[in-house]
Amino acid sequence: MAAYQAPPPEFRELPDVPNKLEPDATAHLSPFVAKPEHQTDIGFPGELVDNWEEKAIDKMGELLGKYRSFQVYMDSCVKCGSCTDKCHYFQGTSDPKNMPVARQDLLRSVYRRHFTFAGKYFPKLVGARDLTREVLDEWHSYFHQCSQCRRCSVFCPYGIDTAEVSMAAREIMDSVGHGQKYCNEILGKLQKVGNNLGLPGKALKATLAEFAEEIEDDTGLPVKIPLDVEGADILLITPSADFFAEPHIDGLMGYAKVFHEAGVSWTLSSYASEAANFSMFIGSYSNLKTVAERIRKAALDLGVKRIVVGECGHAWRVAYSFWNTTAGIGSGAAEDDEFAQALQKQLDHNYPIPQHICEFTYDLVQEGKLRFNKEENDWRTITFHDSCNVARGSRMGSWAGGQFDIPRAIIKAAANNFVEMDPATIKEVTYCCGGGGGLLTDDLMEIRVKGALPRMEALNEVVEEQGVTHLAAICAICKAQFAKILPIYKFPMDMITSTHQIVGDALVMTGSIQEKELDGTDDESDEETAGSEES
Amino acid sequence: MMSVLYALLFYVATALFIGGLFVKIRQYARTPAPLKIPTTPAPTTQSGVAYRMFREVALFESLFKSNKWIWILGYLFHVGLALVLLRHFRYFTDPVWWWVELVQPFGVYAGFAMVLGLLGLLGRRIVVERIRYISGPSDYLMLILIIMIGVSGLMMKFVNHTDIVMVKQFMLGLMVFDIRELPTDGPLLIHLALVAVLMIIFPISKLLHAPGVFFSPTRNQVDNPRERRHIAPWANELDK
Repeated sequence: MAAYQAPPPEFRELPDVPNKLEPDATAHLSPFVAKPEHQTDIGFPGELVDNWEEKAIDKMGELLGKYRSFQVYMDSCVKCGSCTDKCHYFQGTSDPKNMPVARQDLLRSVYRRHFTFAGKYFPKLVGARDLTREVLDEWHSYFHQCSQCRRCSVFCPYGIDTAEVSMAAREIMDSVGHGQKYCNEILGKLQKVGNNLGLPGKALKATLAEFAEEIEDDTGLPVKIPLDVEGADILLITPSADFFAEPHIDGLMGYAKVFHEAGVSWTLSSYASEAANFSMFIGSYSNLKTVAERIRKAALDLGVKRIVVGECGHAWRVAYSFWNTTAGIGSGAAEDDEFAQALQKQLDHNYPIPQHICEFTYDLVQEGKLRFNKEENDWRTITFHDSCNVARGSRMGSWAGGQFDIPRAIIKAAANNFVEMDPATIKEVTYCCGGGGGLLTDDLMEIRVKGALPRMEALNEVVEEQGVTHLAAICAICKAQFAKILPIYKFPMDMITSTHQIVGDALVMTGSIQEKELDGTDDESDEETAGSEES
Repeated sequence: MMSVLYALLFYVATALFIGGLFVKIRQYARTPAPLKIPTTPAPTTQSGVAYRMFREVALFESLFKSNKWIWILGYLFHVGLALVLLRHFRYFTDPVWWWVELVQPFGVYAGFAMVLGLLGLLGRRIVVERIRYISGPSDYLMLILIIMIGVSGLMMKFVNHTDIVMVKQFMLGLMVFDIRELPTDGPLLIHLALVAVLMIIFPISKLLHAPGVFFSPTRNQVDNPRERRHIAPWANELDK
């Protein structure tokens, strides 16, 4: 299935030298176009509509009126060049259209032609152009070579965010019937079945029982992974990759251990068995809301007091930044805001809503409620990959930058060997894994490999100089992308680790086999029965 | 004759400048920002946002993080321009405000700094391949226009003195709709004509970055989406 077989780009000298431009180096890369049913399932025309040029311009006008970001960003760029060398796809491909400003200009040129005086009367002077079939194809290609990671926006003196521009471009393409297969097909499944996989409730239940059994074998404790439990305190919303992919599953088992040890009642929902919300990638507010409302409904139906979100980057951005807006999942709704109040009255506002699983674990660590045997992780030397959407599109904790401190704090609580990658590649200026923003599909393998270059270079440096063996992440897409990309760059596939796997591996649960081994309260030969003796 | 022509030019330019900017600023202000999208880490309070915006506008913080050459040249130009503009208040006020007097000695050198910065930016635009790629004719012309304004201004100060008292009388006259005589030196006429051009194109060009930065949601939003429900009017309709 993976079409891309060529070797990855060579590592450059760090700090990297600016690229020699290679125009149209990745012009051939364009994802599959959505099939009619993928489009119509989520409310878009099945195929390219008759007068699509006109419709696309109308849509652009509508978005300009609805999104201040889009309007201001179309006008404000001065072509200073600040962003030109900041995109991982540019660094990996040298294609000038992967420079953020050039990517924006693919759309801005059409904006200028139709919505500005200069573009209407002096198109050549200001680089304005008509919307043609070639332009549409170019949009489909290059707006799917942007993972909406917002690294460029950090460096823009006006905060111009290419993610906003690429979302608008994708929304326009969807609205004229020319969407992307990967995102739209998945969104359809999510809205029909409840998760990106299309995994039905029954199968999910069986899978979760297996994981619970595995934890019990390991710890000797009857740890449960509950599903659809009415009246539970906490609803866990996690990416469905946590139910089937490695290393995601180990992360899920880590959350289960932490919940069990905290002694809280919690549940998953089969109706809302997905944290991911690809509506953000395609810039569709209506789909964003529809999907977020599934979680609202699950919370209302189950009567939960808190909502915790598992390890997922864009999902955390959606949850943290957009759930309150789109579905009232949060705090501080106005008294007369009946829609939001209906849910918010039920929730316990002593806790952040929604709360990230790392925040949940961090609070327990701070309170001294979790006991770790850090030596369990001594065979690992760990570095942490900040996920773009968590780093630049959300927060954890009550302070700016908590999203950097909290995951590191819990890794360090559970492991002795932690090192950082080059400061120019982490935290606020972290590099995307190369597969975010709706690009995690085999038909875009080449751009995924090339876009991973800056991260792989930074990783290679700490592997060679500091003996790093594991790359911890808090994002389902990062994990899936790295599991595929690491071997291509000649790293072991299982380097990529869920952060809560590291937590789970070192967690010494009360009454567990590990506790007894550690404290020597039990005869070692009794190991097998240790679990049952607890009760 | 020339005086009347320039008087009309300035009336038209001023009207287009103010009217155009008013229309654009009103558009920015009225367009909702439906989602919370500050580039994080972002301030969690309104005063924190004001401080972030101050750093962005007064120090070009993001540009500083990005590229020291563009920052130095851009900063030289913008600070130079700001001082030069302040200095020019002396041609519109009688008596001259005390703080304009204060700026006066710096304003003269600022003219050089401004032109130097602009020449540097033009040089980068030509020499650096990435920036050359993204530059269109209007990007070069804009730099050349402002360079010519700066150079013609400096020429009046250091090469070919203009009767500045007369110029001031002309300007003060314009402000009370009384067209007085304007000196007809070449550099002055060029300077004033180009300034008028700049004013006219301001609201229809990339110079909109000046008001635009204040309306940029990634920079002007408070990071508090969990604590407050943020909702745009058009999005609110979807709740019902």
